[in-house]
Amino acid sequence: MERIPILKMGTYLLVSIQVDMHDQLAMQLQDDLTTRIAATGARGVLIDISALEMVDSFIGRMLGNIASMSRVPDAETVVVGMRPAVAITLVELGLSLPRVRTALDVERGMELLASSIAAAERDDDLADR
Amino acid sequence: MAKMSASRVAGIVREHEDQILLDWMNRQKESIATRRDLMNEPELQRQSREFLNAFVAGANGSIDNIHAPAWRPALELLNRISDSRAMQGFSPSETATFVLSMKQPLFTQLRKSVSDVDTLAEEIWTATLILDSLGLYTMEVFQKSREGVIMRQQQELLELSTPVVTLWQGILALPLIGTLDSARTQVVMESLLQRIVETGSLIAILDITGVPTVDTLVAQHLLKTIAAARLMGADCIISGIRPQIAQTIVHLGVDLNTVTTKATLADAFAIALRRTGRSVTAARGEVRDAKAQGSAAGAEA
Repeated sequence: MERIPILKMGTYLLVSIQVDMHDQLAMQLQDDLTTRIAATGARGVLIDISALEMVDSFIGRMLGNIASMSRVPDAETVVVGMRPAVAITLVELGLSLPRVRTALDVERGMELLASSIAAAERDDDLADR
Repeated sequence: MAKMSASRVAGIVREHEDQILLDWMNRQKESIATRRDLMNEPELQRQSREFLNAFVAGANGSIDNIHAPAWRPALELLNRISDSRAMQGFSPSETATFVLSMKQPLFTQLRKSVSDVDTLAEEIWTATLILDSLGLYTMEVFQKSREGVIMRQQQELLELSTPVVTLWQGILALPLIGTLDSARTQVVMESLLQRIVETGSLIAILDITGVPTVDTLVAQHLLKTIAAARLMGADCIISGIRPQIAQTIVHLGVDLNTVTTKATLADAFAIALRRTGRSVTAARGEVRDAKAQGSAAGAEA
């Protein structure tokens, strides 16, 4: 059974989708990712889709779902490296994924994760006082 | 009968080619007299002679159907002539006259060569038909090449009117000019997203100062472009919203709350600089200092 690897890097989880997503694979990823977040207590998830050339409405919705699900156990999710054609397709399908954070590439995605987690911690500290 | 007359017309033209050419040239010279700037005489002479030769070849093969294989050289020649004239800026009637002006010399020659009245009428009728269809063909080609020119211009206009400019490292601007329809939105979206990838920009400013009206459709097109850019990880700012457009947007109930909007491109650029962690300061600090000192001195005095 084909699987998309999930790499742990400090408090972050890295997912790089290098193959064409099909429905089964997307369901599997959703399953694996939520399990791993729970197991590692990760604070951030970065999903790199720069190699993804084709999306349909199901995969689009899946990306949105995965982001929403990881937010529940307090892990920020950033989707990075979306191709122009994929972005146009998603918008035309009516899936503008308003709740998903995005970044141009992995580097910027990491910065975004770091800054938003730092901001969240600062807020927590303020609330504790 | 048709076959008979076919050979007569072709034969007569071949036999008296020089005479017909001379006569025809004289007529054409009158018609191009005003267009000396576009076409010279030797050129016209060459085209006319080529056409006469091709005409003889065609008429020999089939006198009543210009789509027969025998006419192919003649049609190709007309294609070329018509194309070049469309490019040179001849008017449609001037282009059609090239073929149609051949009637008179041809008929004169027919009258000289055919004595029997019935046969003459028959010959003239056949020749008229074939020259008319050649004339119509010329017009068709002329029209087609003009349409080609228009299409190309439209395409160029479309590309010209959607430039993506880099204002600063990581800041793109897209000055939109003209009405936004679906086709243009597509071009705008594609070129913007492509540039975002190429330059790794974080912020894109859509300036709609040049967009005459914003209706729900245009607003939707704008929002689509913004959503696509956001999916790639770039933020968009809309600038150049004129007072009337602001009123229309509110009246139409278009929700622009999720988008940063600014009145001018300068405001949008300032906020873009701030978001990318840059600031603009006046370089004439010394001047101001000097002035301040001057006024301080004045106060002391």
